[in-house]
Amino acid sequence: MLIYALRRILMAIPVMGVVALVIFGLLYITPGDPAMVIAGDQATPDEIARIRVSLGLDQPAYIRFGTWLWQVMQGDLGTSIFSNQPVALMIDQRLQPTLSLLILAVLLSIGIGVPFGVAAAWKRGKAIDHALAIFTTAGFSIPAFVAGYALAFIFASTLHWLPVQGFTPISEGFWPFLRSLILPAVTLSLVYAAVIARVTRAAMLDVLSQDYIRTAHAKGVRPYMILFRHALKNAAVPVVTIIGIGVATLFGATVVTENVFAIPGLGRLTVDAITHRDYPIIQGVVLLSSATYVVVNLTVDILYTLVDPRISY
Amino acid sequence: MSEQVDATIKPIIGGIAWSTMTKGARNPSRLVKFFRRHPEIAWGGLLLMIVTLLSIFAPLLGTVDPRALSTGNRLKAPSPEHWFGTDMLGRDLYSRVLYGGRISLSIGVSAAALSAFFGTAFGLLSAFGALLDGVIMRIMDGIMSIPAILLAIALMAVAGASIENVVFAVTIVEAPRVARLIRGVVLSLRDQPYVEAAIAAGSSMPKIILRHLLPGIVGPLIVQATFVWATAMILEAALSFIGAGTPPSIPSWGNIMSDGKALWQVKPFLIFIPAAFLSVTLLAVNLLGDGLRDLLDPRMSKRG
Repeated sequence: MLIYALRRILMAIPVMGVVALVIFGLLYITPGDPAMVIAGDQATPDEIARIRVSLGLDQPAYIRFGTWLWQVMQGDLGTSIFSNQPVALMIDQRLQPTLSLLILAVLLSIGIGVPFGVAAAWKRGKAIDHALAIFTTAGFSIPAFVAGYALAFIFASTLHWLPVQGFTPISEGFWPFLRSLILPAVTLSLVYAAVIARVTRAAMLDVLSQDYIRTAHAKGVRPYMILFRHALKNAAVPVVTIIGIGVATLFGATVVTENVFAIPGLGRLTVDAITHRDYPIIQGVVLLSSATYVVVNLTVDILYTLVDPRISY
Repeated sequence: MSEQVDATIKPIIGGIAWSTMTKGARNPSRLVKFFRRHPEIAWGGLLLMIVTLLSIFAPLLGTVDPRALSTGNRLKAPSPEHWFGTDMLGRDLYSRVLYGGRISLSIGVSAAALSAFFGTAFGLLSAFGALLDGVIMRIMDGIMSIPAILLAIALMAVAGASIENVVFAVTIVEAPRVARLIRGVVLSLRDQPYVEAAIAAGSSMPKIILRHLLPGIVGPLIVQATFVWATAMILEAALSFIGAGTPPSIPSWGNIMSDGKALWQVKPFLIFIPAAFLSVTLLAVNLLGDGLRDLLDPRMSKRG
């Protein structure tokens, strides 16, 4: 078990290495001078030279990669071209809204997706199963920002139940904080909950068709006991996997959703960085989100061995 | 610009529509039977055909130049004169949405085709190259660990805004997912007795791939490419929406929504009309993908 955990952690290192290489290598894939692209059309030669030095493009690529990797491992994500502040500090300042939003969205998605999927598998072919099919297809067909505007239009602009835009920090009270996050979190949950529900349904159908479930029915075990004690426990592995994998999608959707709801988080930081052509910030956010994704999935994989005694390595 | 898009989209979409129609004409009753058995393909295909025809024949459908400014006509609500109203620069939204379909659909189709091509190439290479397998799959794992839209944003930031770069960004994001799928399918097919028999009989590698493996790959590949098509259109819209996609002067659905976002509370139609077109198209492509999966890839069928 310990050896498996260690091996799994060692396996994550090359993946993170590739991530770093890709993010770093992006600067070199374009045919032209990346410093000129990043500086934009109206840049003076001085500005271009400054960007070239700050991105290290004046040095050979391998030296630059080595220095950059060394700095990153020490928590130094470089300096913003636009504001001259350390990127790590700027990210740190924007972390609270994004993290709150992500956690709320994950909880909401699991809360909607798992019961919905279980119910659809239990009542296969009935109304609730069809409702799930409609919900998942809609979830995949409505991009996050479209759903965000639709929700804001209905619940904020028209009904005035919730604030249209903005974020209230938790230090100003829990209820205002929660109110400002409900719509964005629901927006993020639509796709994520759809994926979780679909996988839950498939995993439950798989388990429910097995012999020991039929035996439990024959013994006269109460249906909800079969559903939750016998079936759901055994369907958990694929469900937990998809929850881990979905974190990447969720991260991406946050960028757009924060923009719709004017939430000052990492997504806003990224979009502002695009406007200011501030590549080090984009690099930092991409690196951080990928690292989070790798760590979450690593944790999920290791947790299996604790939860499921059948898995042994 | 629009001629250029025309040249890319017409042969592809036209070809699909043409072959469907001729098949229908030759044997209508069989087609009806097929559609009744696969309603998702019928509905998805129908919706997609409507949206595609609307964009291809945009010039004949009472549109004006989608970029023509008209300062006296700013922010007009939908009316008989301007079916979908006008935006803050007085441009006719109906014309913009119809012409925008050309951009969004062709970006989706091109990205899906390129991802399918490169994904298949790398998937095959990985399944057959013992040494390469580890390297290729680690690289694919690495790329897939980066949230798709963030990778695309980073790419667009260094590559600059253009339609080609959006297609390129989506391909880099999606090709690894296709490669992983193809590798899995090939590995499972390779252990089938008929492939082992072909190997034992001394067939050459290219012949084994072409005659014995490709037919097994085509089904899952088409299904996956359909979903890449949908993802590509979402990515294009999201990238353009946050200002990192198609150049703002080109009316793609993402850009039209991006233009409307400043005023959406006062003039919601600026966002919701292009959004409706995008969502209906995505719905069509997703339905088509689900239907094709049931048809071509019984192992992956959600009705398992």
